Amino acid sequence: MNDWLLPILFIIAALAGYRLITDVPSLLHTPLMSGMNALSGVTVSGALVAAALAVGTRSQFFGAVAVVLATINVVGGFLVTDRMLKMFKHDKS
Amino acid sequence: MPLIYYKLLDLACVIGIVFGIRLMNSPETARKGNLIGAVSILIAISATMIGSQIVHLKALWISMASGAVIGSLLAVYVTMTQMPQLVALLNGFGGAASAIVALVVLTGAAVDISGIAKLPGVLALVIGSITFSGSLVAVAKLDGRITPLPVILRGHFILNLLTLIAIGILIPITILAPSGTAAIFSVLSMLVSLIFGLLFVIRIGGADMPIAISLLNSLSGIAAATVGLATSNLLVVAVGAIVGSAGIVLTKIMCRAMNSSILDVLMGKTALSTPQTTPGSVGPDVSPQNAPTAESIDAAVDKAAAIIHAAKKIIIVPGYGMALAQAQGQLKRLLDVFEEKGKKVKFAIHPVAGRMPGHMNVLLAEVEVPYDKLSPMENVNPEFEQTDVALVVGANDVVNPAAKTAQGTPIYGMPVLDVSEADYVIICNKDTRPGYAGVNNPLYLPNKNIILILGDAAETLDKLLEKL
Repeated sequence: MNDWLLPILFIIAALAGYRLITDVPSLLHTPLMSGMNALSGVTVSGALVAAALAVGTRSQFFGAVAVVLATINVVGGFLVTDRMLKMFKHDKS
Repeated sequence: MPLIYYKLLDLACVIGIVFGIRLMNSPETARKGNLIGAVSILIAISATMIGSQIVHLKALWISMASGAVIGSLLAVYVTMTQMPQLVALLNGFGGAASAIVALVVLTGAAVDISGIAKLPGVLALVIGSITFSGSLVAVAKLDGRITPLPVILRGHFILNLLTLIAIGILIPITILAPSGTAAIFSVLSMLVSLIFGLLFVIRIGGADMPIAISLLNSLSGIAAATVGLATSNLLVVAVGAIVGSAGIVLTKIMCRAMNSSILDVLMGKTALSTPQTTPGSVGPDVSPQNAPTAESIDAAVDKAAAIIHAAKKIIIVPGYGMALAQAQGQLKRLLDVFEEKGKKVKFAIHPVAGRMPGHMNVLLAEVEVPYDKLSPMENVNPEFEQTDVALVVGANDVVNPAAKTAQGTPIYGMPVLDVSEADYVIICNKDTRPGYAGVNNPLYLPNKNIILILGDAAETLDKLLEKL
């Protein structure tokens, strides 16, 4: 991949994120934050490759630890966000 | 399958995630949005495993399975009051994962990288480590394991500055170090960053936690994005950047609601964490209240019940004290009773009420208060004037009118809920001590239109419910 492509993607994504999040009502800020939190666990994708490519037992061990932590982040984050969003109900009357 | 297809799949996942966040702008569609995000991440992880030909590695499956089990247990058993701790904890894990990946890439990966190509890796190491230690300190504070008050060491500012300078020096050294010593400098950068995270969050007070959590959330995203740059992973770059700027947006909103700036927080001098040498010595004088007796509380409850009886429009203002007293259930019952009697009822939510952005909304949604009854401050403030009763439950700084008048105090200029515009104010707080900001609240002064019912909010509201 070209050297400049990823930094440009970084900037575009950051700007898009800024725009998207500004539209979220304060009502949903807690689930939004835990949802964003879950997304930051996307680093698991990097962790998997790093763990697989690691040379030496120590690096492999560290890689595995990173995978565990990032998976806790992703799975826990999405589930707890869903649990919260399920509670938000409209007034029926 | 050629590499380009995997890149396109990654891009599709990014678009899925963006679409998912877009759906988060309404409570009707937010759940679907979250699901779309989760599915996108799942597809991306599967694509990574297949694309990198690492599906056969059992250790990865075991690691993922154990992470998934721990994550699910945390998500299922956490209470809504503990939500800020959980978010901070997960945040810390994400930061730690990014830092560790960076460490592995820098020191022990098969691919040999050198020179400027190491920059994102070193940044991921630094930012991930700061996120990790900072988040753990936040968890300890929020969970009451260490004091929620700001801990200020002697020469704290200088210490912060020195660690920052050390990090600034270590980054280029680690990049330029020959491969033999790179590992040592990487570990050193990590240690100094961990210390900085600790120093940075330890001096932030409990009430400033919404700002701290938002900022740490942003950092975890930026750490992930730099990992993506270091490992040439398109998806991780894009998603990390989105999370990073999301955290910045929330930090800005929280800062505005607290009348401070991101820079102030970074420098450790946010409005509410400024230590008061003598708490309560700032702002208008509040004459000491007589300790409440059972009779005086009963009399106050009777008076409050009579006022509520005659009221047509009531606005309820919850604060963190409601969560501490676990009085959410009582508030829901009050809402039902009020509505049964044909009164118009709303909840007024200050953006920083609670310990994380939007915390009050989640606590009230849990007890089945419909979300259309929850109004943000800017919408509800003009309505207090036409309101018969403002019922304050466990809120202090966010309703303190001194924020408008008491120049030079930490909360001066902070937007507050204008409860005193209502005909009557009923306050169910634990005591008349000043809030975190250390500024006396003039609402506690004797006033015929203000009824103060001191004590545990849950008990007070139970008594009130009995009378209605």
